[in-house]
Amino acid sequence: MEKKLSLINQPIRKKDAMALVCGKPVYLDDIAPKDCLIVKLLHSPHAHALIEEIDTGAAEKVPGIEAIYTYKDVPQKRFTMAGQTYPEPSPYDRLILDRRMRFVGDVVAIVAGENEKAVDRALKLIKVRYQVLEPVLDFRRAKDADVLVHPEESWRALCEVGADNRRNLCASGVDEDGNLQTVMEDCEIVLEHTFHTKANQQAMMETFRTYASIDTYGRLHVVSSTQIVFHVRRILAHALDIPKSKIRVSKPRIGGGFGAKQTCVTEVFPAFVTWKTKKPAKLIFTRQESQTAGSPRHEMEMRVKVGAMRDGTIRAVDFYTLSNTGAYGEHGPTTVGLSGHKSIPLYNANLEAFRFQYDVVYTNVQAAGAYRGYGATQGIFALESMVNELADRLGIDPAVIREKNMIREGQVAASYYNEQMNACALDRCVARAKEMFGWDEKPLRQDMGNGKVRAKGMAMAMQGSGISGMDVGSATIKLNDDGFYVLSIGAADMGTGCDTTLAQIAAECMECDLDNVIVYGADSDSSPYDSGSYASSTIYVTGKAVEKACRELREHMSVIAAGILDCPPQELIFAADGVATADGGKKVSLGELAERSMNGNTETVQVTVTHSSPVSPPPFMAGMAEVEVDMETGAVELLDYVAVVDCGTPINSNLVRVQTEGGLAQGIGMALYEDIHYDAKGRIAEDSLMQYKIPTRLDTGRLRVEFEGSYEKTGPFGAKSIGEVVINTPAPAIAHAVYNATGVWHRELPITPEKVLMGILRREKEE
Amino acid sequence: MIEIQNYVRAESLAQAYELNQKKSSAIIGGMLWLKMEKKRVATAIDLSGLGLDMIEETPEEYRIGAMVTLRQIETHTGLNALTDGAARESVRHIVGVQFRNLATVGGSIFGRYGFSDVLTFFMAADARVELYHGGIVSLEEFAGMPHDRDILVRILVPKTKGHMVYLSQRNTQTDFPVLTCCAAKRGEAVCCVIGARPMPAVCVRDGDGILAGGIREESAVAFGRYVRERVTTGTNLRGSGEYRSILVEVLTKRALLGILEREGEAERAD
Amino acid sequence: MQIELWINEKKVRAAIEPDTLLIDFLREQGCSSVKRGCETSNCGLCTVFMDEKPVLSCSVLAARADGHHIVTLEGLKEEAEGFGAYIADQGAEQCGFCNPGFMMNAIAMFRENPDPTDDEIREYLSGNLCRCSGYEGQMRGIKAYLAFCRQKGGQA
Repeated sequence: MEKKLSLINQPIRKKDAMALVCGKPVYLDDIAPKDCLIVKLLHSPHAHALIEEIDTGAAEKVPGIEAIYTYKDVPQKRFTMAGQTYPEPSPYDRLILDRRMRFVGDVVAIVAGENEKAVDRALKLIKVRYQVLEPVLDFRRAKDADVLVHPEESWRALCEVGADNRRNLCASGVDEDGNLQTVMEDCEIVLEHTFHTKANQQAMMETFRTYASIDTYGRLHVVSSTQIVFHVRRILAHALDIPKSKIRVSKPRIGGGFGAKQTCVTEVFPAFVTWKTKKPAKLIFTRQESQTAGSPRHEMEMRVKVGAMRDGTIRAVDFYTLSNTGAYGEHGPTTVGLSGHKSIPLYNANLEAFRFQYDVVYTNVQAAGAYRGYGATQGIFALESMVNELADRLGIDPAVIREKNMIREGQVAASYYNEQMNACALDRCVARAKEMFGWDEKPLRQDMGNGKVRAKGMAMAMQGSGISGMDVGSATIKLNDDGFYVLSIGAADMGTGCDTTLAQIAAECMECDLDNVIVYGADSDSSPYDSGSYASSTIYVTGKAVEKACRELREHMSVIAAGILDCPPQELIFAADGVATADGGKKVSLGELAERSMNGNTETVQVTVTHSSPVSPPPFMAGMAEVEVDMETGAVELLDYVAVVDCGTPINSNLVRVQTEGGLAQGIGMALYEDIHYDAKGRIAEDSLMQYKIPTRLDTGRLRVEFEGSYEKTGPFGAKSIGEVVINTPAPAIAHAVYNATGVWHRELPITPEKVLMGILRREKEE
Repeated sequence: MIEIQNYVRAESLAQAYELNQKKSSAIIGGMLWLKMEKKRVATAIDLSGLGLDMIEETPEEYRIGAMVTLRQIETHTGLNALTDGAARESVRHIVGVQFRNLATVGGSIFGRYGFSDVLTFFMAADARVELYHGGIVSLEEFAGMPHDRDILVRILVPKTKGHMVYLSQRNTQTDFPVLTCCAAKRGEAVCCVIGARPMPAVCVRDGDGILAGGIREESAVAFGRYVRERVTTGTNLRGSGEYRSILVEVLTKRALLGILEREGEAERAD
Repeated sequence: MQIELWINEKKVRAAIEPDTLLIDFLREQGCSSVKRGCETSNCGLCTVFMDEKPVLSCSVLAARADGHHIVTLEGLKEEAEGFGAYIADQGAEQCGFCNPGFMMNAIAMFRENPDPTDDEIREYLSGNLCRCSGYEGQMRGIKAYLAFCRQKGGQA
């Protein structure tokens, strides 16, 4: 496979593109059977309460109501809804329905009926008497609080993550290297600050949704808008307490995930209804439910201490993260790790010591989950802001302080599981971003003379490529008549385009047209096992499985060709249209070879390969923001955003670009306006897209994206990941630019116009 | 979500008025706000068959039917020429074109919403409202009247020559405003309407003669302070009362300076 | 109650509830391209044409559509394929869920203003939310399509 790459790093159209732009019925609610029972949930109005009495009598009498379920009706084995490899680090703290309500939005009852009107009426008729309890709403006071979110005996943690339900702890731990105290004391400047980020919503356009039915064999077939079909199968088996063999999970097109659909938010409810009633059932979450009973980013408070020398040498980092997992622990023990493990290594070059400590606490607010960046976003906002402040204090250009300290190719990072950086173009990303942005030409701050000030800011970021030593990706490739291939995968295309990019890898390996590769998945019955599409794993892990599977299939095909051509297989050359002898004298076409494979053949032409990587090579990037601040109103306009990304070899040059632009826009929203407020009772104010403001195309400014290639030898064709790293730079870069404009550091997101103006006024008062 | 038991496309205003006297009835404007209300409506009354979707022009005024959409306001040449484009500026930030093709002037005004761009603009345009039962009243008066079961038929905008500037502060470009400000100068009279306080818009006039010598940098600053002192602001998700009060002063000053600029442009054009 | 209207130029008579929303009625009638992304009239996913104007079908009563002409993306196959190809060439459709509403409103824009500036494009389409793309890819696709239309000499 040493020919010139023809399909890699090309702007190839997604295989499903025309169906999607023409509005074809390919999403869950388009294909759900028309006779599905409508399933809706009754949500708790209280942040913390016990159900004393629940009367469903009147509701059950509503014509068209099929079933109503309460905590009395469900299995009593706890499970987690987190889509993670078993045994999950997330504690087993859920029941399908529980007697204890743990946040405003927790599920009280399931109602299933023939139509929406009947179900809505029944929901109103369920009478619940609650014993309202004091909630834990302040995550800073949750650890060792008198009130426990999970006092139940049946709570359990499968992994050693420092969890203790008697202390409201979902996880806690420490990781360190070097003698922190000594190095810190020896530093010429030590800065310490606390940062706060909110429970941002993924806000994918398609809300959470699932339908279920019973198949020909009496098994439960669950179709869901999910990133993780295999984990869903296991979670449902735990939740319903039935054998996994009784469950099949598949996915249609997904209307966006961004990590939200790495948690089983809706699956258990219609699955339970169908298993009980043996009738098809569907649950479509409203936007309000998605915003209040979904799976948002973990709110975090990070205390960061950086020790450096006057020349800008960064020698020590002390990082403490307090993470709020909310009412349940999905992804709590793991997201927190990234806040330190994917920020500190950025400054690896001169780092002599680091300590990373964390607590993850339960509170009575909406349970958090996985959202693009997965903790790294929060940690990078904190550490990058600290480095920008350090540069400012020392009078060093923020790009220069990074050039001095950044991680570089070949280095081993103690703060990143002692992994060596095989491929790292972070230095070139910063250099190229400086050129594109005109960093050296533009002043930090420029008064425009009309009450407005322009300023620049920057940040770097990293992520991983899959979970090292854990994530499993598999691919099955099969030769068919005429010589076309079917590629089966368990990874989930959620708009990311992996059906296409994995097919590109296959077509490149098989030296054929992309149209010659059909992609099928994901289906827990027929797809080869895959952990699922999360943790930036798909291209790096599953992509490698595709590459390996293709290589094996070529060998099998050569054996068949050798039989036809009557020569040893190792003398044959594989080409786009067939297999030939080295001298070109004899040749069998792909079509003939395929026909032969179906006639008296004993050589397999279907290969499955499973892959897992012992390392998780980080993608890197640099981001630079130019803002204009209205000094009288505090309004921040983003004028220009430059991003340069090192994702190894880009597999599809269009898709890595739109991934980057999309991630930047989400990061910009997080930086400037996506906010979460709870009232005194724990209710979220931003429960709609009217109140939770994601960016419109008038808000994002100009995004300019380029790539600096590197070659990651453990990835397919040198690829690393792209999906998550791209959300991490906007918050710190914009906060930096706002500081340069106003002289005020904003250490809590979002940085709203009011905060900016009040900051300016406070500073003026102090001066 | 709203529940509706009966839908009636009214054949006359008289019929609509009569149906609307029951508390369980509701007039459907653009439906955008009504749709989200958690209530049961026995009779939903649709005015869309009554020809109220037109902007008529007379020598003295524009007569804007209650069912005219915000998009019609945005794109109406005469109304925008009269108001220096303030009409367009006041609505163009409202969600999106598809939304503004539905949202009606009547619905926006009748609700007297505490976030309303539309109310702010029309009040500054010295508009009057024509109520089916209550007759014609000034919009300023209407904004303070208790909500009743009358029907808003038209908005009347006088063609008095002058200058207008509309400004708003928003956290994102298509969000509800944190504050709206529309200043108008007709003859020597200046008024400044502040909306989204977050309470219904109010109009402040130059009672102390701060602008008697004309609008200048200093008098604009002083008038900004003057308006700030006279306008009550409150706190909601989008901003605090304190922040809004600062914005009242800043936007008022800027709106006046905008008028000054327009006066200069008009003079040069003469 | 009974209504009679035109869906994609086909006359349809149907029984509806007084509070049936146009979006739900259209989906029942097989127009699955019409998507719902919110309950607060903010996302633009449900955009259809009512008498040639783009509106949010989530905020129109089916009853009010009685006697009117409704067009969904199913009725604009040629335009959808023509313009859609330019979005596809950028990879900007991504998850695709917001695409039908985006396509509808973009087509409305091309009809109303065949030669829009970048700022006019952003403003006209600001009511179409997309969480995947960051909007830049959509902008590139729109501009490439407009350039193609100009070259063709015809209107968008």
